[in-house]
Amino acid sequence: AGEVKDIQGGPAVLQTNLQPPVTQIAQQIYSLHNLMLIICLVIFVAVFGVMFYSIFKHRKSLGHKAASFHESTSVEIAWTVVPFIIVIGMALPATRTVVAMKDTSNADITIKATGMQWKWGYDYLKGDGEGISFLSTLKTPRTQVGSPGVAPTEARSDTYLLEVDNEVHVPVNKKVRIITTANDVIHSWTIPAFGVKQDAIPGFVRDTWFKAEKEGTYRGQCVELCGKEHAFMPIVVVVESEEKYKAWVDGKKKEMAAKADDPNKVWTVDELKQRGEKVYTANCVACHQANGKGVPGAFPALDGSAVVAGPKADQIHLVLNGKGGMPSWKATLSDTEIAAAITYTRNNWSNKSAENIVQPAEVLAARK
Amino acid sequence: MSSQHAKAPYYFVPGPSKWPVLAGASLLVTMLGAAGWVNSVPGANIINIVGIVLTLVVLYFWFGDAIKESEGGLYSPRIDVSYRWSMSWFIFSEVMFFGAFFGALFYARSISMPWLADLDHKVLWPDFAAHWGNTGPAGTIEAFKAMGPFPIPTINTALLLTSGVTLTISHHALREGHRAKTAFWLFATIVLGAVFMGFQMFEYYHAYHELNLKLTSGIYGSTFFLLTGFHGFHVTMGAIMLAVVLRRVLKGHFTPEHHFAFEGAAWYWHFVDVVWLGLYVVVYWL
Amino acid sequence: MSTTAVDHAHDHSHDHAHDHPHGFRRWLFATNHKDIGSLYLWFAFTMLLSGGVLALMIRSELFQPGLQLMQPEFFNQLTTMHGLIMVFGAIMPAFVGFANWMIPLQIGASDMAFARMNNFSFWLMPPAALLLIASFWVPGGATAAGWTLYAPLSTQMGPGMDMAIFAVHIMGASSIMGSINIITTILNMRAPGMTLMKMPMFCWTWLITAYLLIAVMPVLAGAITMTLTDRHFGTSFFNAAGGGDPVMYQHIFWFFGHPEVYIMILPAFGIVSQIVPAFARKPLFGYASMVYATASIAILSFIVWAHHMFTTGMPVTAQLFFMYATMLISVPTGVKVFNWIATMWKGSMTFETPMLFAIGFIFVFTMGGFTGLILAVTPIDIQLQDTYYVVAHFHYVLVAGSLFALFAGYYYWGPKWTGFMYNETRGKIHFWGSLIAFNVTFFPMHFLGLAGMPRRYADYPAQFTDFNMVATIGAFWFGLMQVYFILAVVLPSIKGGKPAAAKPWDGAEGLEWTVPSPAPFHTFEEPPVFK
Ligand code: HEA
Ligand code: HEA
Ligand code: CUA
Ligand SMILES: [Cu+2]
Repeated sequence: AGEVKDIQGGPAVLQTNLQPPVTQIAQQIYSLHNLMLIICLVIFVAVFGVMFYSIFKHRKSLGHKAASFHESTSVEIAWTVVPFIIVIGMALPATRTVVAMKDTSNADITIKATGMQWKWGYDYLKGDGEGISFLSTLKTPRTQVGSPGVAPTEARSDTYLLEVDNEVHVPVNKKVRIITTANDVIHSWTIPAFGVKQDAIPGFVRDTWFKAEKEGTYRGQCVELCGKEHAFMPIVVVVESEEKYKAWVDGKKKEMAAKADDPNKVWTVDELKQRGEKVYTANCVACHQANGKGVPGAFPALDGSAVVAGPKADQIHLVLNGKGGMPSWKATLSDTEIAAAITYTRNNWSNKSAENIVQPAEVLAARK
Repeated sequence: MSSQHAKAPYYFVPGPSKWPVLAGASLLVTMLGAAGWVNSVPGANIINIVGIVLTLVVLYFWFGDAIKESEGGLYSPRIDVSYRWSMSWFIFSEVMFFGAFFGALFYARSISMPWLADLDHKVLWPDFAAHWGNTGPAGTIEAFKAMGPFPIPTINTALLLTSGVTLTISHHALREGHRAKTAFWLFATIVLGAVFMGFQMFEYYHAYHELNLKLTSGIYGSTFFLLTGFHGFHVTMGAIMLAVVLRRVLKGHFTPEHHFAFEGAAWYWHFVDVVWLGLYVVVYWL
Repeated sequence: MSTTAVDHAHDHSHDHAHDHPHGFRRWLFATNHKDIGSLYLWFAFTMLLSGGVLALMIRSELFQPGLQLMQPEFFNQLTTMHGLIMVFGAIMPAFVGFANWMIPLQIGASDMAFARMNNFSFWLMPPAALLLIASFWVPGGATAAGWTLYAPLSTQMGPGMDMAIFAVHIMGASSIMGSINIITTILNMRAPGMTLMKMPMFCWTWLITAYLLIAVMPVLAGAITMTLTDRHFGTSFFNAAGGGDPVMYQHIFWFFGHPEVYIMILPAFGIVSQIVPAFARKPLFGYASMVYATASIAILSFIVWAHHMFTTGMPVTAQLFFMYATMLISVPTGVKVFNWIATMWKGSMTFETPMLFAIGFIFVFTMGGFTGLILAVTPIDIQLQDTYYVVAHFHYVLVAGSLFALFAGYYYWGPKWTGFMYNETRGKIHFWGSLIAFNVTFFPMHFLGLAGMPRRYADYPAQFTDFNMVATIGAFWFGLMQVYFILAVVLPSIKGGKPAAAKPWDGAEGLEWTVPSPAPFHTFEEPPVFK
């Protein structure tokens, strides 16, 4: 572990306290925690000071004779009332922070964060950047992670497991409201340095907010058990100046325009296969594996699968809507991507399906 | 047989018995079968049924032993008190079990449903309107009609209430030593319970075939069928208990003073009755 | 009614007085509370080792970042099964074992109120354990949804999930019957003269625990039944698309789950409340307030459940309510701690192993209590929820709390069970080794949590490496101490050793010490008179 260095906006080596706060709320939490820790320590030392004094003085080996008292109403009332008052004293400052954390009104920017197995989707709903939408997946390559029996072939970076391909960008000193939801199971969106953590619940929306006061890159990780890749869906937020943010928004919009596929374009099998391989590698390998063999007992094989060999309408339906452990890809992938991935599975490995090509328009039709 | 109480030990403790461990093993078979069955493992349903049958057989012999001990005069009045405590707390635990489902109904209706329909959730479900008996925000549930209180549930309420009365008549008769009268009213109670179950079955048929109301009808169908279904299951259990008690009455068991098996079954029956009243109001009327 | 029936039944009573069953009949067909107690204890210890082995596998994978030993899906299965096995297989049955052995002896009853049902309660546990453990080998493996089995992740699981559901159903039935037995025994079978307010603290804490159990186990059964129907019968309890709500599962689960954690600690309080006076040679301070405090903890435990759910997003009033209610529990718990210390105050103390474990309990449990209190503060919890801080908190209260109290109880009452004294030096080695190894394992987890390391992670950012290494080393050391315990302490003291007196501790009080050691097969067939 010696070689790992601290990273800004993430955990430090041998860190023993909360991450340095960069929002008011996180600052309040930080102080609240220190306050609680000190009060608890003082009580702890006082209480156990008494106990250890007694242990050292009132022992039989020193010839101490046992007294016989065994109750005292006044003492008992005292040590019920005093802790009660202390507890109230602790709860009062916390109340203020709770109320402040819940106030998500008057946000400058609203971003929807959608948890999916196992990545985050972001949609900028309101404010500057409205309309931007992208997926954000782990960037750390598996060659750094390794797997049982296979040592990693690449040195781990300092941002190991804390880096994504598409970061969320927000301007500094602006109130950002995050709306969370999920597509499949519960995930949870957090940035420790912001003092923000909000579960993303499928079918429901919840919200939280932050106003980062310092530029930089801040990192968190999904914190609700969401299946096998739970440890591999980090959250990275870049806080930058107003100008830089504007530039990012412009760039992102252009990029999106370029990427948007026309669902009515007609593709050849080879084009779709080529595109499909990329889609497959980015989304499907985790379960169905690169060799299409799946994981016996857990994830079905696609190589030789009856669904892949059968009518294409069934496969489109399955990919769109999911089934059991298979997530629904309706919201995550475009018509073109779904058509490409399906076409790829129908023509790859040992598969030679009769209906060997799916056009984006067919997927579009099946969505209805 | 109360004369035999004189012989009863201070607190009778049965000697080694093979029934508990056999009951445990039968339940293992039952549960293995059930786990296979829900996953469509071939043959698992048979294992499950075998397990249930084995469990019932074991319980039959087990209770048989207890009945013999009781009739043999081994149970002192203190044991009677033990049975009373245990039956009361068992019923309490059953109340909590139903509490979970009533709680779910409350939460789904009063908290989740308005939430799903509020302004924030328009992002996900633009067209969802909060009214009970909805087909879910995603629109994946087939349309169905909600179940009203008339006529079956109301008839059923009358049946169960009447059965409470007949059971009480039977109990009074037992306390006065009129064995034939006890048996008759007890029998009447069981018949009322059976008719109740018949109506319930008919109601389910009606729900499935005429209202298109199914277990899969979203949260409404889920809570409706699980609440009424578990209640129906408990009615059946209660009726079986009463049937066992009836058989014992006919065999000449029980005395006017000493008949806790009767009373325990009766408590259970009244509990089932009360749960029904809750259901009748919460599920059918509100 | 036939004469044969009477004769047969008469035989039974005959059996009871003179027959001492041998061989497999004795254990399989047991109706004796002491035998059933021993069965429970052996079962629980086996489960502790099994759950412990799973924990060691978890810790081994977490020794370094990266995936060395297993795929994440298997890691999640280990975490889930470790939690389930420890909670339902080790800690709870161990306390039931103590209840079986000690409650009849402490209240002067001849046995538990329903001896056969008592055996049934026990013989439900091995089938449940079998279902749980076997689920590792079914397609898809054991459930990997966490011991809390949150929906809708639990809906995605394979058949292993159903086996876990049915196992929990069975264990729930076992707990409910066990509790009914305990309640009935305590309320109905106390020796003449033993009023409720003269009853030993251990019986009090178990009485209250039993009430918690019958109130919440059925609720858990309801919750997982809904999971089952959601999985297989198309219901929508926890599925928003059909109008249900995943968060509803959490409410129902934690309505069970929070009282459950007190189910695992109240009997521990009871054991400690027996031991501290015995070795301080001074009566328990504030007996009555101890009873009221226990009852208050139990009652409050029903209105705090949502402190596990602060990050699910709930109205601000709900967050505040649950924060205040949770923090309130510190007050009665504090009363207990203060009472124990006041009992020690001006006593004449000696420090045999039971006392060491009891003091260790008070000291380390309080640390866990304080981290609980810190977690109860909503804003701080939002920062720490689902991180290793929580893992540290609950191992402080469960391992150094419940488990240490169980060890204390074993050293205290073991001589009564086996008739032999354990080896004092070895007991002390077990204590100090466990105490230190425990803190080496779990103390660094506070730091990990504060720095933001999420729980249920098969792999973690490299900055967290050092503390994880320390924790792993501590875990193996702690595990070794438990192997030492069974091999060097328990087994030798069953086979032989210094014979134990009827009352091996000069400060101990209670009816259990009036019978010889080892306690004869039948005790108190005629109730003793309690002064
Ligand atoms: C034996 C089990 C046990 C016990 C006794 C406790 C006791 C307490 N627990 Fe803990 N808890 C668990 C087992 C337990 N817990 C488990 C298993 C989980 C995690 C479940 C999961 O998610 O998997 C959990 C999680 C958990 C959370 C949720 C964390 C999260 O997931 O975000 C919270 C939050 O409020 C909490 C709080 C408390 C509090 C306030 C107490 C209090 O009862 C503590 C009271 C004690 C003291 C405070 C110390 C003694 C008092 C004094 C010396 C008096 C003076 C003190 C003052 C005046 C302050 N616990
Ligand atoms: C109830 C009691 C209990 C007990 C006693 C323990 C004991 C231990 N627990 Fe655990 N733990 C939980 C309850 C408990 N735990 C719960 C409820 C969870 C949450 C699960 C979830 O997230 O869903 C959890 C989660 C949990 C985690 C987090 C996992 C994760 O988030 O991914 C970790 C990680 O270190 C851990 C570690 C340990 C260790 C090292 C021990 C040690 O004390 C264990 C000591 C080891 C032994 C006793 C084994 C000794 C045996 C040998 C050395 C081999 C000999 C073998 C034979 C003879 C066959 N536990
Ligand atoms: Cu997504 Cu954990
Ligand atoms: Cu809790």
